[in-house]
This record gives sequence, structure tokens and C-alpha cells, in this order.
Amino acid sequence: MSNAPSPFVRAALDAAATLPSTGIAWLDAARAENLDAFAVTGLPEGRDEAWKYTPLRALSQRGFALADRAAAVAAIVDPALYALPGVDGGRVVFVDGAFRADLSSLDADGVEWTPLSGALSTHPEPLRFALANRYRRAAADAFAHLNAALSTDGLVLRISEGVALAKPLHIVHVSSGVQGDSAWHVRVLVEIGKYASAEIVEHFVSAGAAAQLGTLVSDVVAGEGARLGLVVVQDASVATTLVRRSHVRLDERAEVTLHALELGGALVRHEVSAELVGDGARFDSRGVFALSGRQHADTQLEIRHNARNTASDALWRGIADGRSRGVFRGAIVVSEGADGTDASLSNKNLLLSGQAEIDTKPELEIYADEVKAAHGATIGQLDERSLFYLRSRGIPLVQARSLLTLAFCRAVFESLPNEALREHLGELLVAHLPTSPAAE
Amino acid sequence: MHMLKIDNLHARVEGKEILKGLSLAVKPGEVHAIMGPNGAGKSTLGNVLAGRDGYEVTEGSVTFDGRDLLALEPEERAAVGVFLAFQYPVEIPGVNNTYFLRAALNAQRKFRGEAELDSMRFLKLVREKLKVMQISDELLHRAVNEGFSGGEKKRNEIFQMAVLEPKLAILDETDSGLDIDALKQVAEGVNALRSPDRSFVIVTHYQRLLDYIEPDFVHVLAGGRIVESGDKNLALKLEEQGYAWLADTHPELRKADLAGAPA
Repeated sequence: MSNAPSPFVRAALDAAATLPSTGIAWLDAARAENLDAFAVTGLPEGRDEAWKYTPLRALSQRGFALADRAAAVAAIVDPALYALPGVDGGRVVFVDGAFRADLSSLDADGVEWTPLSGALSTHPEPLRFALANRYRRAAADAFAHLNAALSTDGLVLRISEGVALAKPLHIVHVSSGVQGDSAWHVRVLVEIGKYASAEIVEHFVSAGAAAQLGTLVSDVVAGEGARLGLVVVQDASVATTLVRRSHVRLDERAEVTLHALELGGALVRHEVSAELVGDGARFDSRGVFALSGRQHADTQLEIRHNARNTASDALWRGIADGRSRGVFRGAIVVSEGADGTDASLSNKNLLLSGQAEIDTKPELEIYADEVKAAHGATIGQLDERSLFYLRSRGIPLVQARSLLTLAFCRAVFESLPNEALREHLGELLVAHLPTSPAAE
Repeated sequence: MHMLKIDNLHARVEGKEILKGLSLAVKPGEVHAIMGPNGAGKSTLGNVLAGRDGYEVTEGSVTFDGRDLLALEPEERAAVGVFLAFQYPVEIPGVNNTYFLRAALNAQRKFRGEAELDSMRFLKLVREKLKVMQISDELLHRAVNEGFSGGEKKRNEIFQMAVLEPKLAILDETDSGLDIDALKQVAEGVNALRSPDRSFVIVTHYQRLLDYIEPDFVHVLAGGRIVESGDKNLALKLEEQGYAWLADTHPELRKADLAGAPA
């Protein structure tokens, strides 16, 4: 039965056939190679450990044409859709995967950027390593292959050495809502120069409820002594399928902090892999998903300590209501020789309904001596005693539930230095919390 | 006119009948003390009146200000003026004490059709009440009851009561686990809130709290019913003689019903 390609694979092959040659031999070859690899493996199946809790059977029966580029560029999008308080340092906007020059405005000293489509038509050679060679070496999975085969746009962003950006940059991915079962694939390359510092907000929104598929593959390099605050706000429509892979490389004494808020989507997955390759590097991550209805969210966090005296602290929360399902895998790998590593991971989850499900899997692999590592995961429910206490003082049940739920996630945002954004994210989360007692 | 009228109340917890025909009537401004041995149903009474899940009323009625109290949700009971000071106040990490109290007060006001208080007016109110309760405002900046000592938790209960200004306050063994100084502070707080419109039902295992809060009536709760009522002298008699003598006048009470003697 695995001989016949699924509708998903067939549609991807058809989509690839519609792409014109880039005119760059190595890029065309890389795309073809990735497409072949994707066609051979197809979508991951249940026996693939990395996808065990995120079944793709239903997705494999759907076919996605590529989102039409002309329609994406012409789509009318209200900027109010993605306005974020405290995020005003310039913006790059993609609609259905296509760069939108008219909606983008980013002009800051020390920031060089170009849409991937533009870079490929003018100076493709510097991107050769990232776009071609990397996949031959890395263990890419189906979606990474798919993205490499079909992505035609994206962002190349560099912050120059020693530059401290005063204001956060905003990278927005909009689903226009005008294109139905269509797919977009975006590739992002970010480089934070030595001793530079920046805050980048990656933001997913939908203008309508079109059932789109989006894939995003990001590579972030934080150079020696660089500091990066990365914020992910995923507020896509509940019809969206979104698969993202973010790889973060940290050089010597680089410090990266990730804050992630996952609210929307029908089926969303975010694979975050951080590689601490320089001595003294630090990677902190905080995130929460809040799910309801039949949403499915999957966060795969992998932190690799490959150098001495590196540190990581991961603090993740999950909330699942209705018939939703949340998946979290948090792996810490301490390589041989990575002495002096200090790593901790905490994942706590809250089930707000009897039909919701959360699967959490903390993993620890240690091949070095002199390591401090701690990890733990819990799944629980709102405390009935606390609920009654709040209600006995006059706070209605619905409000009491959202108060306790927000309290449960408070630690995730506490460390976000951008106060206006921090408050907004809290409000956004509250707005997504169930407004009625858990159904059934 | 009674503020609270409990008539022949029967209630079950986990299938076991705890209250077996309890009756009690409280008029505005009165202070009633309810004493009784362990397992008599003292805490059950408070929880039933506040509307806690798992307490099933099988018979009888509770009328508060002319309303059927048992038909109301816990938050509605609070809004119409019923306050339960918990025996074991819950710690709620992540929820700021001030935020919580303002949310509670405004939810109650909204329910009653009154204007909500903005943060300026709320803080002014809180400062006034802090003074009365002799509570440091450092407590306000912490999460609800988190890391509070036993005494701080109980004082926080009374402080909440002061801010919410209920018509009826039920104190569920508020004195348990308090040293004498904390006990006095709690009693002072309660006394400061006594008024002709406000009633108190003070549930206690020990007589000593009544040295500082003088009750108008004292009742003995045993075997799930009020079996004896009197004035403050009844409390003194219980202190001296325990509960066993009640078996003489109430042959239906089993020995076990009267087992827990006051200290």
C-alpha cells in the first residue's frame, strides 16, 4: 500500500513541476534532490518515533497546490492584523509565502536584509552553502525536504558585528485567506554578528480561515558574544497546518532566549534545535501552547551542548481544552567533552477537559562528566480547591478558571524584557482561554 | 426578620450523611458561636453554606435574606453577602493578592449592579482596611497566601472579609493553629467589623476565641444537629465539662458523637 504516492505527495510533485528553473544549476539540483528524497519517504508515519504522537494520516490524504504568487502579492492585507505593541523596529511581511515589499519596511543601521527571491536573482552564490550543501549533511525529514524543494521566497537577514538594535524587528507570515487548500514554503536565514544584539519577533497570523499549509525552515546563527531575543507568536487560524523547523547555532558566549506562544492552527508543529557549539554559550527557552477544540500542537525541543561551560534553561507549559492534543518533547544532549554544562528543562501541562490529551517526553542524554542537568514533566488539572476559593470570594467560574490558567503560564513570560509585548501576549493568551466551563 | 434561616438541613459528603436535620436562625447583627466535638459536622456546615462541590444537600432549606441560598452558585452567594473564612486557606501561586481581591470585589459589585472600582479607588479602600487589620502592605504584593505563615493566612482571610464587607461571615475554625497573639489580632479584626447589619457564625473547637469575640448565642453541634443552645455561659460549661453530659439529655446521641472533648 505504500507504493502508491498519497494525495499529499502527488500534489507536492505536481506543484514542483509548475516551478520554473531558477537558472542556477546548483539550486535546481538541490531542489530536485530534495524532491526525490521527499517522494521516496513521503510523510512520516506512526512508526517514526519523532512523529509518534502527531499522526499525519489525515494530512496525507489532502493535496496542496502552491499558493499563487500573483494572488499573494495582490491580496489586500490590513496591517492592523499583525500590529504588536512594543514591536516597532521595522517589519518584513510575507503573504502566503511571498515577500511583500509594499507592506515591509525595515531600515536600521547595521541591519542588512533581502528577500530570498531577490537574493537568488542577484547574488545566489553566498547562499549556496545554506541552501544546497546543508541538506546533504543534515538528517532532513520529509518537511525539510519539501521546504527545500518548493520554497521560492524567504528572508536573508544579517545584523552586523557589534551592532545593538534598540528596537525589535518583526517578521510576519500572513495567510491571506483568499487561497484555499494551498501551500507556502518559506526559508529564513538569520545571522547575528559577533557581539551584536537584537530582538526578533516571528509572527504568524491569518486574515481568513483558509485551510493552508505553511512550512518554514529557519537557520539562525548567533556569533561570538551575540545576544538574541527570539519571540514566536503563532496566532494562525484554526484551519491552518503549520510545520516549522528552527535551527539555532550559538557560538562562543552567545546568548539566545526564545519565547514562544502557540495559540492557533489545526495542526502545528515546531521543531526547535539549538546547538551550543561555542564555550560559554547560553540558550534559554520558554513557551506555552493553549489549545482548544480539535487543535493539535507539537513542540519538539532539542538542545545540544557541544562545548564547555554552556548552559540552557527550558521552561515550557501546555494547556489543552476541548478535544485538543498537545505534544511536547524536550531533549537535552550533552556531548562528550562538554564539561561544565548546566542544563535544566521543565514541562508542566494542564488538561482542562476530560477529552483533551497531552503527551510529554523529556529526554536526557549525557556523554560528558561534570554536568549539572535536571529535567521534569507533569500533567495535571486545575486545582478544585483553588477554584472554589476564588469563587467563594465572588469570582465567577469562567474568570476563576482563566485566572488560574494564566497563573499557570506566568513563568513563561516573566523573563520577556519587552514589557509592552509581554503584557500583550498575556492578554492574547487570556483571549484564547476557554470562555465556558470545559465542554462535556 | 432573620438574615439566615437554616431549617432541618441534611447533607451528605461522599455518600455519608453528616448533617442530620440542622436548624439555625440568625438575625442581623448577631454573633453565633457553633461548638462541637470532632466530626460533628462543623466544617461541613460552612462548606454547604458556601456551596462547595461534593456536599450534597438531601433535605431541608437555607434561606438568606429571603432567597433560597442553596440554589445559588458559590460566586453568587458571595455576591449576595455570604463570606466563608476558610479553615485552610489555599495558596494560589501566580495570582497576585491585590489583583485577586479587586477582581473579587468588582465581580461582586457587577453582580449587584454596582459600578466597579477603578484601581485608584480600590487602593484607597485597601489602605483603609489594612490599617484596621494591622497588616503590612507587603502581603498585598505577594501571590494569594503563597508562603504565608498560618497566622498570616488567617489574617488575610479576615482582611478579605474587611474589603468585601459581607452581610454574613462564617468563620470556619479560624482560630485553629493560631498562637495567642495571632488569635487576638484575628479577634480584633472581627470585632472591628461587627455592626448592626452584619452577622457572624463562628465555628470553633475551642472556647478561647470566644474570650475575645463575645457571642450572643452559643450552640452545640453534635451528631449533625444543633442539640443545645444558650448564651456565652454555655461555652464556659463546655470548656469545663466537655460534651459527655449531653448524652443525659440527648439519649439519641451515641458515645462517638460526643467523643471529641474541647481542649
